[in-house]
Amino acid sequence: MSKSLVAYIVSAVTLVVAVWLGVSIGTVEIPISTFWNLTADPIATNILWKIRLPRVVLAGLVGASLAIAGAAFQGLLKNPLADPYTLGVSSGASVGAVMTLFFGISLPFLGTYTLPIFSMVGAGLTMFLVIGFARLVDRSMKMETIILTGIIFGSFLGSVLSLMIALTGEELRQIIGWLLGSVSMRGWNYITMILPFVIIGSVMLWLNRRELNAMLFGEERAHHLGVNVKRRKIMILIGGSILTGSAVAVSGTIGFVGLVVPHMTRLLWGADHRHLLTLSFMNGATLLIICDLIARTIISPTELPVGVITAFIGAPVFAFIFYRQRRQGAM
Amino acid sequence: MLHVQGIEGGYGKESVVKDVSFQVNKGEILGILGPNGSGKSTLLKIISGILPKRSGTIFIDGKDASLYSQKEFARKVAVLPQLHTHAFSHSVRETVDLGRYPHQSGLFSTWSDEDEQAVKEALELTAMTRYKDTAIELLSGGEQQRVFVAQALAQDAPILLLDEPTNHLDIAHQQQLLDTIRKQAQDKGLTVISVFHDINLASMYCDRLLMMNDGRIDSIGVPQDVVKDESVDRVYKARIKTQPHPELPKPQITLLPDVQVQSDSFAVSKNDFTISPQFVTLQIANPLKTLSSAVHNPGLGWYRTFVNRHVDADYNCDDVQAEMARYLEQQGFHSTDTVGMMTAVTTEHAEVEEYKGDFGMVIIAVTAGVGNAVDVSQALAREQRVGTINTWVIVNGILPDEAFIQAMITATEAKVKALQVENIMDPLTSTIATGTSTDSLLVAATQRGENLPYAGPITPLGKLIGHGVYDCTIRAIQTYKRAKGWTN
Repeated sequence: MSKSLVAYIVSAVTLVVAVWLGVSIGTVEIPISTFWNLTADPIATNILWKIRLPRVVLAGLVGASLAIAGAAFQGLLKNPLADPYTLGVSSGASVGAVMTLFFGISLPFLGTYTLPIFSMVGAGLTMFLVIGFARLVDRSMKMETIILTGIIFGSFLGSVLSLMIALTGEELRQIIGWLLGSVSMRGWNYITMILPFVIIGSVMLWLNRRELNAMLFGEERAHHLGVNVKRRKIMILIGGSILTGSAVAVSGTIGFVGLVVPHMTRLLWGADHRHLLTLSFMNGATLLIICDLIARTIISPTELPVGVITAFIGAPVFAFIFYRQRRQGAM
Repeated sequence: MLHVQGIEGGYGKESVVKDVSFQVNKGEILGILGPNGSGKSTLLKIISGILPKRSGTIFIDGKDASLYSQKEFARKVAVLPQLHTHAFSHSVRETVDLGRYPHQSGLFSTWSDEDEQAVKEALELTAMTRYKDTAIELLSGGEQQRVFVAQALAQDAPILLLDEPTNHLDIAHQQQLLDTIRKQAQDKGLTVISVFHDINLASMYCDRLLMMNDGRIDSIGVPQDVVKDESVDRVYKARIKTQPHPELPKPQITLLPDVQVQSDSFAVSKNDFTISPQFVTLQIANPLKTLSSAVHNPGLGWYRTFVNRHVDADYNCDDVQAEMARYLEQQGFHSTDTVGMMTAVTTEHAEVEEYKGDFGMVIIAVTAGVGNAVDVSQALAREQRVGTINTWVIVNGILPDEAFIQAMITATEAKVKALQVENIMDPLTSTIATGTSTDSLLVAATQRGENLPYAGPITPLGKLIGHGVYDCTIRAIQTYKRAKGWTN
């Protein structure tokens, strides 16, 4: 028990440090005291509350969503390489989001939530298609099969996106930047737009923490342990799709967060989903806040899309996990 | 406890399991046997709910199993999986914790004292406590299987289903695992249904067996009624012979290979014997099936070397067996391939003779010392002293087990007659002796050539043995008497 307590404390402290760095570092140094110092420089206060803090919070929410979704997908599929990006689910969410913009869809009652909801539907449909197809190809659903299926669907959906962008001409050009993944200049309204979904999705996954542990030993084993496998699987897939969809809706496709964070967390604190999900959520927030900080400061004043930074870290980690899995002959 | 009624089902359109009904009582271990594709694993999968059934009902504690929720079912029935690899590493403790899943409910379900107790006990029973923080993939196959046994035991269900639980385990781990389960059945009344590949293991550990053939029950009952030569032959299409287990009243099977080890037919003759002052030996190239009351390698077995060793009359040793084994090795005999006897008689006085019959030949070898002759009908308390008639009966022919025993009876009767004719007296009772205090007898057969089903006194083989043993014993006694100066 004490080991997991240490894990929570370490993760919480690093998250707080990341937030602190995220709000203070930039073209203008903002002292952390601006939060509570009412007599602080009004410009600094403005930058803090209007620009830096929403950006950090959004990066945190997106990172947390992708990481917890990745952890759940990996557990469900017993596949350490699964994450919203490698499974093509992010691309599906992007198509959903871009379609909303392309056709100018705005559903009554949903209002601003139209975009994230279409994004989630896109994510969910892709998820079920990828898993369905992979199962069709190879009933045992080997690691490589799932990833290859993800690549097939990802590239197809990517070309659908390019087609839609080409057809719209100028208006959606900014989408290209968005597609590379970024959390800049979004503001509080984006946060309020996805916050409810992040909470719903995360709770759905967290409710299945013990079931995920059981499913790591295979669906048959989980069944024997008393898990209602079909219902739980659907719940996890929907939860993961909600999180991926909402993250993509506000930040585009940011790859590998869902891969790297659960992997590192598992390496440090073990594979028990009772802790892994929550810890991945915290560490995912930390990682994306740091990556975003790097993205906007490394070649300042120019900003890199944060997706570039995550891919820069993520792809080698992906290669490393793949190498290790194959060498061990596991799966 | 568990009652299966008219079960039918399988993977595709065709039913793999057809009309299977049986019942298992509390604390009982039922083994399911059958060749590959007979539907034994499918039957287990239908019972555990992994495969749907087309018709029939499974009753658990008198209630239709399909009315249980998934968790309720898991509180009643635990399943031990076959070994396979895993993508992520869990510690032993985490893996066993999962066994408590069906006992937990609610969103924030807390870990109760009962959960903790069950897990600790399961780790204890499987001797995995000291590995509790080890990652399971670092354990050996046998240890991993023990972790899953612990998981199933932590589940604390009254029924346990196993699908070839000993697959890929070495014999020590097979034994450990099945002993643990057997103990749970005995102590806690755990009801066990297990699919077995190995008929002998199933026979040893199960109270009852169910033999499947082509999706149906071929036979069900106690191991003696299911593991029979003809039923195993019929179901598995394999030639086998059953034998009793050496310690348990359970049948064991032995395969009878169709391809015999190729070797020329051979016969034993008097020339194969060597007589020296130290011992009488018989050494041949092919092993003989032997039944004897020798000192070294007694009982039933296959041996190529036979030694009747001379020892001094005052030979005395605490551990005769060990001394004899050492001696044989020293003399250049291979101790696992040798039957050894002892006699205080001068070995050069041994009588070895061939007796020919229509079917072949019998060789009899006798050393006789009658200094301590005993009338077996007079059950007097007496000091035990060495004095030995060692008789070997070597038969060129094929003998069934019962013929070995008949040969021993016939040989013994012939020996008694010889003592009577030679007027050997029991010095204590002054009546005619029937033997000495430590006589030994050996019957060995080549198991080649003629089938000799009987060796009673009026059968062709029995006649030769009777005559031969009588003849040789008389001569050996006479030689002994002359050597001792009892006669002229």
